[in-house]
Amino acid sequence: MTMTDRLEKTLSKPGKLLSIYFTAGYPAVEDTVPIIKKLEEAGADMVEIGLPFSDPLADGPVIQESSTHALRNGMTTRKLFDQIRDIRQQVSLPLVIMGYFNPILQFGVEAFCAACAESGIDGLILPDLPLDVYERDYKEIMEAHGLSVIFLITPQTSDERIRQIDSASTSFIYMVSSASTTGVQSEFGKGRDAYFKRIADLDLKHPQLVGFGISDAASFQRATTYAKGAIIGSGFIRMLTEKGTGGIEAYIKGIL
Amino acid sequence: MSKYQVDANGFYGEFGGAFIPEMLYPNIEELRQEYRQILSSESFQQEYQQLLRDYVGRPTPLYFASRLSEHYGARIYLKREDLCHTGAHKVNNTVGQILLARHLGKSRIIAETGAGQHGVATATVCALMGMPCIVYMGEVDIARQAPNVARMKMLGAEVRPARSGSRTLKDATNEAIRDWINNPEDTHYIIGSVVGPHPYPDLVARLQAIISEEIKEQLLAAEGTEDPDVLVACVGGGSNAAGTYYHYLDREHVEIIAAEAAGLGVDTGESAATSALGKMGIIHASKTLLMQTDDGQITEPYSISAGLDYPGVGPLHAHLFKSGRAKFVPVTDAEAMEAGQELARLEGIIPAIETAHGFAVLKKGHIAKDSLAVINLSGRGDKDLQTYMDYFKLSE
Ligand SMILES: Cc1ncc(COP(=O)(O)O)c(C=O)c1O
Repeated sequence: MTMTDRLEKTLSKPGKLLSIYFTAGYPAVEDTVPIIKKLEEAGADMVEIGLPFSDPLADGPVIQESSTHALRNGMTTRKLFDQIRDIRQQVSLPLVIMGYFNPILQFGVEAFCAACAESGIDGLILPDLPLDVYERDYKEIMEAHGLSVIFLITPQTSDERIRQIDSASTSFIYMVSSASTTGVQSEFGKGRDAYFKRIADLDLKHPQLVGFGISDAASFQRATTYAKGAIIGSGFIRMLTEKGTGGIEAYIKGIL
Repeated sequence: MSKYQVDANGFYGEFGGAFIPEMLYPNIEELRQEYRQILSSESFQQEYQQLLRDYVGRPTPLYFASRLSEHYGARIYLKREDLCHTGAHKVNNTVGQILLARHLGKSRIIAETGAGQHGVATATVCALMGMPCIVYMGEVDIARQAPNVARMKMLGAEVRPARSGSRTLKDATNEAIRDWINNPEDTHYIIGSVVGPHPYPDLVARLQAIISEEIKEQLLAAEGTEDPDVLVACVGGGSNAAGTYYHYLDREHVEIIAAEAAGLGVDTGESAATSALGKMGIIHASKTLLMQTDDGQITEPYSISAGLDYPGVGPLHAHLFKSGRAKFVPVTDAEAMEAGQELARLEGIIPAIETAHGFAVLKKGHIAKDSLAVINLSGRGDKDLQTYMDYFKLSE
């Protein structure tokens, strides 16, 4: 079992958790650390730092564009680690890196995990690293560096596979709210409730955070009726595009 | 088992696999579990073979190109995939995959396309089966392959422009994958080459293997041997090449040449020569050679030929390259265009610009004197007329 004290403490807090995703290097290349600090001050419970990638297959237009901008701004994996080297002297909330696997492969998986551990990163979400490849090739390295790997489930994931994912998990499960890429705004209707309830009834070992398509207080509440928390990505990035980092406090307070 | 066949985990040597987001897992898993069984079932084979014969027009001829042979002092045969219905080998795959989609109970088809040949071939079989068809195509390619865009529309398909990145084949493939994530229940993705997550590279290779199956028989009838000295094909993702090589991979005495697009030249920064410029990485859910920065960002390729303008290559071909089984020859835009014109003038056949890359290996001296060569003529050049006109100033 791998989970940092930080993650453990946060996941066992009473009440619902708000996790925020943003793309490192967007809107400006040096915004990474200020954004994380402002998010903690405003009351977010967790932050997912997105590693920009040229070809983000699971992402909709908003995150795609933030990635393209970040890369154009000169963001790189190495630069991210330079920026967050002292982050643990500044914030104490759990930090998770979300990134596609190719940039990590090129950085070197071992070197990447070591750099994460050094910066005080708690977990990884790697949307295109499938469970079987993780278990066969990378589990050992990632666990050795104290990193909790977080897996996704979707409305199409079978109960059997969800149980398999639950037992491979060490902290929480990322529950994708609908069959979609990120940022799709769809109704949190009846079908969605049935899915949330089905997962709740499985009585899994690990808590679930719901992501994709959540952007305001109403969708946050709806998503957390059954789950432990929710993740906002595209909605937060849209706000950053409009208002810049100055808008963070009001945005987070408007949700919680 | 052959060392060039896919293994149980979906790898060719160190290349391949299925690096898919969880959202695609149910679809890819279903395909993985069912494709071999469906492909070898009697009902599938009966329909597939019948359509290949009566609709596609197979077997395609193996044509002895006497003037080209004389010009280069070799015995050169051309496998006439340009004579397939819709004008290229792509239809061998789409006929098979549409039947597969029906077996899987899917009712909506999506595809990506570069040159538009795969898009046309997909739109064609969708019309044939009465299924809705959405084709993703980069904006740049929509402009340079206008006749094929019109054909797709004529056939009732919806062409959706891919506006991200280099707005070419890579980006169209991203959009098709995103569509599949958003439509996981009713949709089958007919991928157009031996790329993407396992089992696609193997599925498409098996559906194109008819090319080498016919070459064996036809060459035996014409020359008294199944085995040429050398086989040549152009490689974008690598489907026509996979089909041309398939039944010869274990016959190591048959030399294999793969022509890849060097664009303005391998070292100009404007190239799509993946074997020369690529490093191991993950593109479209497959671990293979791809053009990328040191930071692991996929770079934007360039080639005059939309069908070869791709920064990766199918994992089978990465394996053939790495193991030394195939020789990869980079061919520039100019060399390809000249080879296209030469074929037109010596044999009366205007090839697709993709295909012309394969013919350029002749002039570059890769076919030994007196050798018996088979070149896969993957498609005809109608779609490229505007590019030929501009390049050779044919309208002046
Ligand atoms: C005629 C022709 N040849 C070759 C290709 C390249 O694809 P592949 O390498 O999969 O055969 C294309 C792709 O559009 C094509 O239209």
